[in-house]
Amino acid sequence: MAESVFAPWNDPEAKPLIQFKGVTKRFGDFTAIDDLTQNIYEREFFALLGPSGCGKTTLMRMLAGFEEPTEGQILLNGVDIGHVPPNKRAVNMMFQSYALFPHLSVYDNIAFGLRREKKPKDEIHARVKEMLRLTRLDRFAQRKPHQISGGQRQRVALARSLAKAPKLLLLDEPLGALDKKLREETQFELMDIQEKTGTTFIIVTHDQEEAMTVASRVAVMDEGRIVQVATPDVIYEAPNSVYVADFIGDVNLIRGTARARPTDTPPETVAKPEPEPKPAPAPRETASAPAPERAAPQPNTLGRALHDKLLSPIFGKWLEDEPRRLPPPTAPEAPRAAAPETTAPSPQPQDIPPGGLEIDWSEGQAAIIAANGDPALDGEKVVLALRPEKLGIAKTRPQAPNTLKGKVIDIAYLGNISTYHVEIEGGVMVKAQAANTRRIARRDITWEDEVWLSFTATAGVVLKDE
Amino acid sequence: MRRFSWFNATSLTLGFAFLYLPMILLVVYSFNESRLVTVWAGFSTKWYGELLQNEEFLDAAWVTLKVAFFSSTIATVLGTMAAYVMIRAGRFPGRTLFSGMIYAPLVMPEVITGLSLLLLFIGIGLDRGVLTVVLAHTTFSMCYVSVVVSSRLSTFDQALEEAALDLGASPFESFTLITLPIIAPAVISGWLLAFTLSLDDLVIASFTTGPGATTLPIKVFSAVRLGVSPEINALSTLLISIVTVGVITASLVSKRAAVQRRREEQAAQRTA
Ligand SMILES: Nc1ncnc2c1ncn2[C@@H]1O[C@H](COP(=O)(O)OP(=O)(O)O)[C@@H](O)[C@H]1O
Ligand SMILES: [Mg+2]
Repeated sequence: MAESVFAPWNDPEAKPLIQFKGVTKRFGDFTAIDDLTQNIYEREFFALLGPSGCGKTTLMRMLAGFEEPTEGQILLNGVDIGHVPPNKRAVNMMFQSYALFPHLSVYDNIAFGLRREKKPKDEIHARVKEMLRLTRLDRFAQRKPHQISGGQRQRVALARSLAKAPKLLLLDEPLGALDKKLREETQFELMDIQEKTGTTFIIVTHDQEEAMTVASRVAVMDEGRIVQVATPDVIYEAPNSVYVADFIGDVNLIRGTARARPTDTPPETVAKPEPEPKPAPAPRETASAPAPERAAPQPNTLGRALHDKLLSPIFGKWLEDEPRRLPPPTAPEAPRAAAPETTAPSPQPQDIPPGGLEIDWSEGQAAIIAANGDPALDGEKVVLALRPEKLGIAKTRPQAPNTLKGKVIDIAYLGNISTYHVEIEGGVMVKAQAANTRRIARRDITWEDEVWLSFTATAGVVLKDE
Repeated sequence: MRRFSWFNATSLTLGFAFLYLPMILLVVYSFNESRLVTVWAGFSTKWYGELLQNEEFLDAAWVTLKVAFFSSTIATVLGTMAAYVMIRAGRFPGRTLFSGMIYAPLVMPEVITGLSLLLLFIGIGLDRGVLTVVLAHTTFSMCYVSVVVSSRLSTFDQALEEAALDLGASPFESFTLITLPIIAPAVISGWLLAFTLSLDDLVIASFTTGPGATTLPIKVFSAVRLGVSPEINALSTLLISIVTVGVITASLVSKRAAVQRRREEQAAQRTA
């Protein structure tokens, strides 16, 4: 199974297509990119995600050759391209504004790059035809850009940038100007084209859903640095900082002080069946404790050794992010998802895996148990990042490792799901999401209701408070 | 519809009368039978016939056209280059000074421009004639071209040039294949502006002209000093008609193009 997964970043033998080595870009006193080191591999669909002004476009423009790095190197296939002018790079860019040549037809726009290479006429013609077919624009070949619609223009821009078969295609917020439906269609089209052509794509977006949809890896940026690079699921489930957790999707942040939990039973024995196993609703429940080695495809032992001994010491902190893995699946999530508003058949307290942390978050409230927390955070100020969909909401107190009592302040009905804004004791606002499996009239939780929120001991991610 | 108002009607009439009455008089009297410009003696086109016989006027017209053509062409090339550099060069020390200096001739009194050019030509020993008038006209009309072109360039999407470079075009190719065709209308307007400025310039041409290089404005001016002749009225009427036809055609053409373009854009949205 591990072979079929596309994850060159875990393979120490893989040669990166793009290497940023300590790249810094300054505009006057302003540092737009700050000592950035990152590898991007062939055939990747790499998404740069971050708030406006964090340096995404600057990064792209350095790859395209419109800006030169102030410090550091950018290597393409091992060759430093820092000072190669844009017209001499095997890199093409699809511009945010599309930048179609308004006085040229769709055909001539696509042919523009090929003609600059002085290729024979029939070869150019064949290639343009191929691109027109790929982007379904055959009918519009003779039209001018102002004679076609926004979605078609966007496809012309894509066809034009793909025509020269670049090693690397840069897409700067390519779908920003499209409406939501067309956007989603185009995202799948992009993924399809990327797969067909085998080109490496780097896409800039400030839309986290878009990044999660299309990308093989997502890099979250903040003020000229990459904060975390990982596959979309890891970014979502195991953010490495409050910034990332907060930036990607909805999240509840509960601040408190960590306290290490006693590890009565050493974790090794937990993987074995419990002394008195319950008839479990899901068979994997007992194995749900820390068994992270099975959770994600791993490089072989040689690879891991190479990584630990050689690469980590050299590339330091940026590589440390990469082995982050998803937290192990937890059984109690399954029944709760199916019937979120009923009291789930809750696990008994002894099901809570030992170890991890307890978080004192409010005077006079029971500490929150986070069995997946890093005991090294003992005594530190921490933040528990908890996704709204990982919280159960019920009117009676469920049997769960963590329960919080609160009052419903607001309900956002989104059709398929509802988000409940609950003020818990201590005044913290917490959002809980539940699927609307029943018709609206039959749901029993409403404004001002006293409710219980519940979540498992591994539902949240414990992060150091910044 | 706004209601009719005597105030509006009066201001409109007065304004147009102010603008066009002198010209209408001139046109009417160009068809006067009599040589006296202030006495109407019946309709005739004879002054047009005489005008076409008048070698001096025809020569002057030919010189004027030559001067206007060459000076506006050179001014367009230089003015476009100046505008391009000013817009594209980004920031460098003394940029404001430079761009200010490009536009200074716009407000410089013509007498001073003419005088300084005259001194220059004398200083470097250049014989005055068609060449010096061309140079002088280039000098002062270049800044007009540069104003027109740079206002177009300032709204030009620089991403288009970057896209051309990105697709492998050299900077020169990206200018000639992409930028120039797109800003062509502004360049042509700049050329036309320079051409008309040169056509009707009297002051600078008087300073810098020499034997055998009498332009039409100079000719008309000196002829009028001996008395206004109906021939000059006829000549002026011809010039007015040429300009009128030119302006009307140009605006019709550009309006039709705009309408056509809007229709195509709407069609594109519908088929989307
Ligand atoms: N040519 C430039 N000169 C000065 N500052 C710039 C220039 N280009 C970008 N910046 C600054 O660099 C920062 C990052 O910009 P950019 O890369 O465009 O951000 P993003 O694409 O992530 O929104 C911004 O604060 C912007 O003002
Ligand atoms: Mg940007």
